[in-house]
Amino acid sequence: MGKTLAEKILSQKSQIGVCAGDIVIANIDLAFVQDTTGPLMVREFEAAGFKSLADKEHTILFLDHAAPSPNNQLSNDHIILRNFAHQKGSRLSDVGEGVCHQIVAESLAKPGDIIIGADSHTVTAGGLGAFATGMGSSDVAVTFAFGKTWLRVPESIKVLVNGILPKGVYAKDIILHLIGLIGADGATYQSLEFGGSTIDTMSMSGRLTIANMAIEAGAKVGLFASDEVTRNYLVDQARGNDYIPLAPDSDASYIKTIEIDAARIEPTVAKPHTVDNTALVTDLKGTKIQQVFIGTCTNGRLEDMAIVASILKGNKRHPETRVIIAPASKEVLLQSIAFGYLRTFIEAGAVILPPSCAACLGLHQGVLGNGEACLSTANRNFKGRMGNPDAFIYLASPATAAATAINGAITDPREVL
Amino acid sequence: MLRGRVFKFGDNISTDHIVPGRLAHLRSNLPELAKHVLEDADPTFVTRVKKGDFIVAGNNFGMGSSREHAPLVIKMAGVSAILVKSAARIFFRNAINLGLPILVCDTDKINDGDKLEVDLNQGIINDLTNGYQLTFKKIPKTMLAILEEGGLIPYIKKHGEIKL
Repeated sequence: MGKTLAEKILSQKSQIGVCAGDIVIANIDLAFVQDTTGPLMVREFEAAGFKSLADKEHTILFLDHAAPSPNNQLSNDHIILRNFAHQKGSRLSDVGEGVCHQIVAESLAKPGDIIIGADSHTVTAGGLGAFATGMGSSDVAVTFAFGKTWLRVPESIKVLVNGILPKGVYAKDIILHLIGLIGADGATYQSLEFGGSTIDTMSMSGRLTIANMAIEAGAKVGLFASDEVTRNYLVDQARGNDYIPLAPDSDASYIKTIEIDAARIEPTVAKPHTVDNTALVTDLKGTKIQQVFIGTCTNGRLEDMAIVASILKGNKRHPETRVIIAPASKEVLLQSIAFGYLRTFIEAGAVILPPSCAACLGLHQGVLGNGEACLSTANRNFKGRMGNPDAFIYLASPATAAATAINGAITDPREVL
Repeated sequence: MLRGRVFKFGDNISTDHIVPGRLAHLRSNLPELAKHVLEDADPTFVTRVKKGDFIVAGNNFGMGSSREHAPLVIKMAGVSAILVKSAARIFFRNAINLGLPILVCDTDKINDGDKLEVDLNQGIINDLTNGYQLTFKKIPKTMLAILEEGGLIPYIKKHGEIKL
């Protein structure tokens, strides 16, 4: 019997042939925490009596969720993490570097790696063919100390996306469409493995967007083959040596196959308060939006900034709609400056935030008021997510977000492209 | 044997319902954070819950974030077990890692306010209010070993490593 991507990676890393349902202890290639899960990791690390890290070079603490910190308590949490990094010799990604998942994709994740992060969107690196999954602070503390953890080999769902995406339709629309189809728990404990002609030709940026939201269907990982797109991306990041080809076997076993015709996907939105509560943009046209937020580990990459700039160029935001844009990393920010996107954003009336999670999780920098609606390019629209349980969050692609910013109400990007 | 009353919740209770991001500044002040447990799902929960009580919910309990604070504040509130039709993967693992039993069973017939008895060893739940008995899905062996030691850190302190 052939192997799925998940079975293949976990077999290689645990050095035994495994299949779905097996439990393995696997060596971990990269482990990290961020500033809202890190302090509890430090507490657990100390409670366990651990003294040192198994692999300093591949242990990272990211300060990105509250970056820069909005209050003294979070500033003190940052001190805890800086001290831990200094004392134990781990790597530290301080305020201003960007969102953990974007930095992991740009600089660290390799095809075939196993990556554990104390953040649910660790799945993002699945776009590069890494078995990357989120865990809690205790699990990551143990991984920091031992360099390994236990994992159950997940069953896999094959998602085949074939055909050419219509104009105005992007990777974000594919993943929102899929989550609407299978539900917020449609892939719980399982691996979502993506393939098909649309995926084969999709940029790494798009793959990372889709992998990022695998968790919104409950998946343990969202995996992509490592192919020429992967190789080119790694070469562009000056780490071509990190490339290895990786593909599932043709006779691998899946619990289910879902086929999606790319040509039939339309711009899609997730309505409040769950990600699977999806609708077509055309059905929500005219819904008033007080804040547009563009960025995050889902859609804060250069390709996203380019789409937004192409739509905002020469336009102004609607006077009743504020626009917040946060490039996902320092690299994205610098390139956005170089390409002139930032000037376009600022001239359109947008606020630029530093590379970070920014407004995504409601702790600062764009908290919503009572009854307000936000259209966001992020991955979650749960009640209370953006700092106010009496507010409403819609999720969509960067193109839909930019079109909405101009009109002040949910707008079909195909009208402005 | 665990005994307590039921606090019933629906489907898709997220980690933002349990401990929202706006309270991130309290994450190193756990007693203060725990005062807000499940605030966005039921603001009266924290004032009514007593030691030993149960949270009973529908599908996909704990969806969302990896924040271990979510099961931690539930445990700190005195909840003795969470009974769900299904749970999100990371939340499930986090709850076990904290020594908080999370049991998968058909929760449809359990009502808010019911009195329950849960026998973890026998795998049986007795609803004393309506006389209904049900069983819960076996906890996987690796996780049961962690749960029985009171969580992952106590397990590691005792065994020195993870054993399968």
